[in-house]
Amino acid sequence: MSVNGSQRVDLEVVANLIPPRSRVLDVGSGDGSLLELLQDTKQVDGRGLELSQRGVNECVARGLSVIQGDADTDLEFYPDKGFDFVVLSQTLQATRNPKLVLDELLRIGNRAIVSFPNFGHWRVRLSLFVKGRMPVTKDLPYSWYDTPNIHFCTIRDFVNLCEELGATVEKATALDANGQKIGLSMPWWFWNFFGQQAVFLLRR
Amino acid sequence: MAAPRAARTNTEVDNPSSPVLRFGPDKPLKLDAGTLLSPFQIAYQTYGTLNDARSNAILVCHALTGDQHVANTNPVTGKPGWWEVLIGPGKIIDTSRFFVICSNVIGGCLGSTGPASTNPATGKPYGLGLPVITIRDMVRAQQMLVDHFGIEKLFCVLGGSMGGMQVLQWASSYPERVFSALPIATGARHSSQNIAFHEVGRQAVMADPDWNGGKYFEHGKRPEKGLAVARMAAHITYLSEAALHRKFGRNLQDREALTFGFDADFQIESYLRHQGMTFVDRFDANSYLYMTRSMDYFDLAADHGGRLADAFAGTRTRFCLVSFTSDWLFPTEESRSIVHALNAAGASVSFVEIETDRGHDAFLLDEPELFAAINGFIGSAARARGLSA
Repeated sequence: MSVNGSQRVDLEVVANLIPPRSRVLDVGSGDGSLLELLQDTKQVDGRGLELSQRGVNECVARGLSVIQGDADTDLEFYPDKGFDFVVLSQTLQATRNPKLVLDELLRIGNRAIVSFPNFGHWRVRLSLFVKGRMPVTKDLPYSWYDTPNIHFCTIRDFVNLCEELGATVEKATALDANGQKIGLSMPWWFWNFFGQQAVFLLRR
Repeated sequence: MAAPRAARTNTEVDNPSSPVLRFGPDKPLKLDAGTLLSPFQIAYQTYGTLNDARSNAILVCHALTGDQHVANTNPVTGKPGWWEVLIGPGKIIDTSRFFVICSNVIGGCLGSTGPASTNPATGKPYGLGLPVITIRDMVRAQQMLVDHFGIEKLFCVLGGSMGGMQVLQWASSYPERVFSALPIATGARHSSQNIAFHEVGRQAVMADPDWNGGKYFEHGKRPEKGLAVARMAAHITYLSEAALHRKFGRNLQDREALTFGFDADFQIESYLRHQGMTFVDRFDANSYLYMTRSMDYFDLAADHGGRLADAFAGTRTRFCLVSFTSDWLFPTEESRSIVHALNAAGASVSFVEIETDRGHDAFLLDEPELFAAINGFIGSAARARGLSA
């Protein structure tokens, strides 16, 4: 369920947050590239939850431990703190109830890693401001009527949600269009303007 | 033509052509019915070689009317083994790499102790004198067979349908002895509808006057008509409406028009009659009663206070479940509830639903996606177990 058009530029950033041999649940594991990366480089005990049955079957055929399921409905079956890390990469904006999903991630994992496209990026703002139309970019290729991305947020919106849920931001990274990290010392407003992707490491 | 083959079934019962392990009075089988079965025997087949570490053993559990002849020509029917598409040298389950064991379940009729077996106390077939056998009893017996080979931990236990129930029971009863488990097209319990279908089958057998209260061998008869009807009804549940329509439609059997009679006008009727007739040649009617009952009684959650997750608490077994979209006997929801229980137990689990119109029987057929899933799962489990390719 990689629901934007980009390669998952956040994968390496996410992978770098996870120490070797961790127990990891990847929610929205897509074609399994993150799980495979983590298994090959970090020897993690990795599991996946993926909406598309085809994606699941391909993952299992490649030897990954993945089940078909929906982040909105199936997270409730996992026990508290069953994983060291729960990853939600490029999927939050496609969930029906992002707040509940984030709450569940924080319950299931000792840490949650969430990455999402930043709707506060200047290109998005420009498109709406100048053209007066919902932005369609290379990274967000859908039109408003057929997009699976029903709950976009900006980096600042997400920080607010974390506060509401009592989650501590342990680390946050903004990535530019090339997947390069934007300088660490920049203030939120700067990230919110220039970050195309954001990756958060959270705990509660 | 049918007669000599029927006789052959009988010779397979007490002295099967496959290897057989006999347990004397010192090693009784404890049954859920509350009694001990002794003496008893298990007929089995093996393929490939057990490695020095005894870590490459795969146990295959057969379905309702299956047997131990999973990957060799069946001695009764002369047909290929029932899972030869999957198991053999160079196949997905490669017998040049793995040591594959398959045994006839207790209550069966191809060499393991069942209702057709001679009761040593009377010198006559057990008939209904055999206590009702459960899935757990079958697994308990298989465990004694696995002990016989000196195998502490099976690399994988797999099976479909009733075989899948045994896989789940194995993983629940002996988690430390199952490295990976592959239950296919199965459920953690038999649904009301499934029990209903089985009851129709049993009533058909018992309504046949030749059944004689289960003592048909003593009367030199067999309830062939009843058993055939039971098989015909069951066979419908193994297929799907779409597949039946695709294969047979409303096509007529060797005729141009309806006959306005009750002969097999339609191809589907002829097909089912054939299925029924060939089945009675190879299967014992009482055994059919026992096999269906064992599935009806299966309810893994009920054995654990109603909470299925508790059946797998603390498990380290790697699971892969498979269901088929058109299987209405064990619909995907049955597998999904097992997956949720395994998630709750923190287990490692994969779950694949395969799109096919071939119904429940799809697990026995050449289904590329099924094979890809099994291949991926077995491959990664083998790496985790340190088995060389």
